[in-house]
Amino acid sequence: MVDVQLSDAEKTYIIHGAQDNLREDGRGCEDYRHLEIETSVVSTTSGSAKIRLANTEILVGVKVELGETSPENPDKGRIEFFVDCSANATPEFEGRGGEDLANEISNMLARAYDCPSCLDMRKLCVVEGKKCWIVYVDVLLLECGGSLFDASSIAVKAALYNTSIPRLTVTHDEGHTELELSDDPYDVQRLDVYNSPCIVTLSKIGHSHVVDASQKEEACCLARLMLAVTDKGCVTAMKKEGSGSFDVSSIEDMLETGKKVGQSLNKSLMEVLVSEDRNMKKKYMTGYLR
Amino acid sequence: MAGIELLSDQGFRVDGRKANELRRIQCRLGVFTQADGSAYIEQGNTKILAAVYGPHEIRGSRSKALHDKVLVNCQYSMATFSTGERKRRPRGDRKSKEMTMHLQQTFDAAILTSLYPRSQIDIFVEVLQSDGGNYCASVNAATLALIDAGIPLKDYVCACSASFVNDKPIMDISYLEESSGGAELIVATLPKSEQIVFLEMNSRLHEDNLSHVLDMAVKGCKDIHDVLDQAVREHVGEVAAISGLE
Repeated sequence: MVDVQLSDAEKTYIIHGAQDNLREDGRGCEDYRHLEIETSVVSTTSGSAKIRLANTEILVGVKVELGETSPENPDKGRIEFFVDCSANATPEFEGRGGEDLANEISNMLARAYDCPSCLDMRKLCVVEGKKCWIVYVDVLLLECGGSLFDASSIAVKAALYNTSIPRLTVTHDEGHTELELSDDPYDVQRLDVYNSPCIVTLSKIGHSHVVDASQKEEACCLARLMLAVTDKGCVTAMKKEGSGSFDVSSIEDMLETGKKVGQSLNKSLMEVLVSEDRNMKKKYMTGYLR
Repeated sequence: MAGIELLSDQGFRVDGRKANELRRIQCRLGVFTQADGSAYIEQGNTKILAAVYGPHEIRGSRSKALHDKVLVNCQYSMATFSTGERKRRPRGDRKSKEMTMHLQQTFDAAILTSLYPRSQIDIFVEVLQSDGGNYCASVNAATLALIDAGIPLKDYVCACSASFVNDKPIMDISYLEESSGGAELIVATLPKSEQIVFLEMNSRLHEDNLSHVLDMAVKGCKDIHDVLDQAVREHVGEVAAISGLE
């Protein structure tokens, strides 16, 4: 990730601040930075969302394609994640430079969504054992400002909420199966993302932990714990990252905080998405032109 | 392409434009804070982001450094969801590599390269949504980003495409017009001096018509220049007002 170089004095300032629940930008330990979400930004996709979390900018496009079902799950559709770290974010990502980070993010997202209650994959099956919808979730990282995992998971959830899948009617005729696409472009099926998880990254700074670390804070943190938390407080994936280590009790503390923060994050995200969906027709300036 | 009339008898194209009309251009400079310069452009449904980093030290192997001028390094990538059909990878395919090379040549000709010997300027272009004229929009976006970064240029670089339908040249063609099999002429110019820095033609076109199509494309570049220039002036005005220069 992008290098931020801090002196020892600056690090001490940040660590002491986190202990007193007052961070360098005035937030408390469990507060997120300002977050902006916009959906339906790219018209070549089935659903898209753009998110800006302070300096982090992420664009997610969802495309659905009709494909073969997998032999292991003949009655389910599939979801596939792909992350691309654009060189726009930092020149280090040029060529294949961003691939490691991209794989890490896409694996974490895939694990977070690999849980039957997150997204009902059975609804994506068209003809059992033959055809299903494959949902391609493409995450494009345009600017790095910390909390990439959190921001991408939020953007993915928003884009999935925005996704509309064309409705198909299946008719069986003497052994042949025919698929018919509805003529009405508004006759679509929406995904139920109510139980989809958001990733909350807790960074250990000194003896306390903070959510949504800025780049400066990431530079002082040796270990972080990532939790994929659903609206009900279920943790669907968990991952420790970084060179430092945790003791058992601090993981328990972090789990508590993560669940609490994750639940409120999911709740406010859904509120925003629903209200934006209602006001869709009012917007006239979109994307980067605002 | 059978069935689709690219230019009607009344002189209108499929999207309702006249033959010599550009698509709507909307742009913004300085969309990102981390990059030294950045810009976003929409030409019709083609949406492109460009970021410029530099001039800075040569990254990677020092042997790439040029002793008498700056190294212009470009990367063109398309978001996997930018096209109608999903792309497998955002860059590294032959088309993107060719596009990268073309951008590099174009900007090598436009940047005052001798001012920064042994350094490097990065131009990164990201196509968010593509609807024809990707090269043109990329060049226009990159020009704005270079201006935002304050890199000395000979002039704006403006690119425009043109085609030839029903014995008439048409300006700034969309994906539909591009893929209908007609000729496609892409030109990048320095509009003030009317110098052509990049020229490419696909498919075939009768020699007699070439000058008409070329004139149309150059006219398009001039029109684009006016739009970009206005955007730059507005942006600089805003920045000056914010920093209290007035």
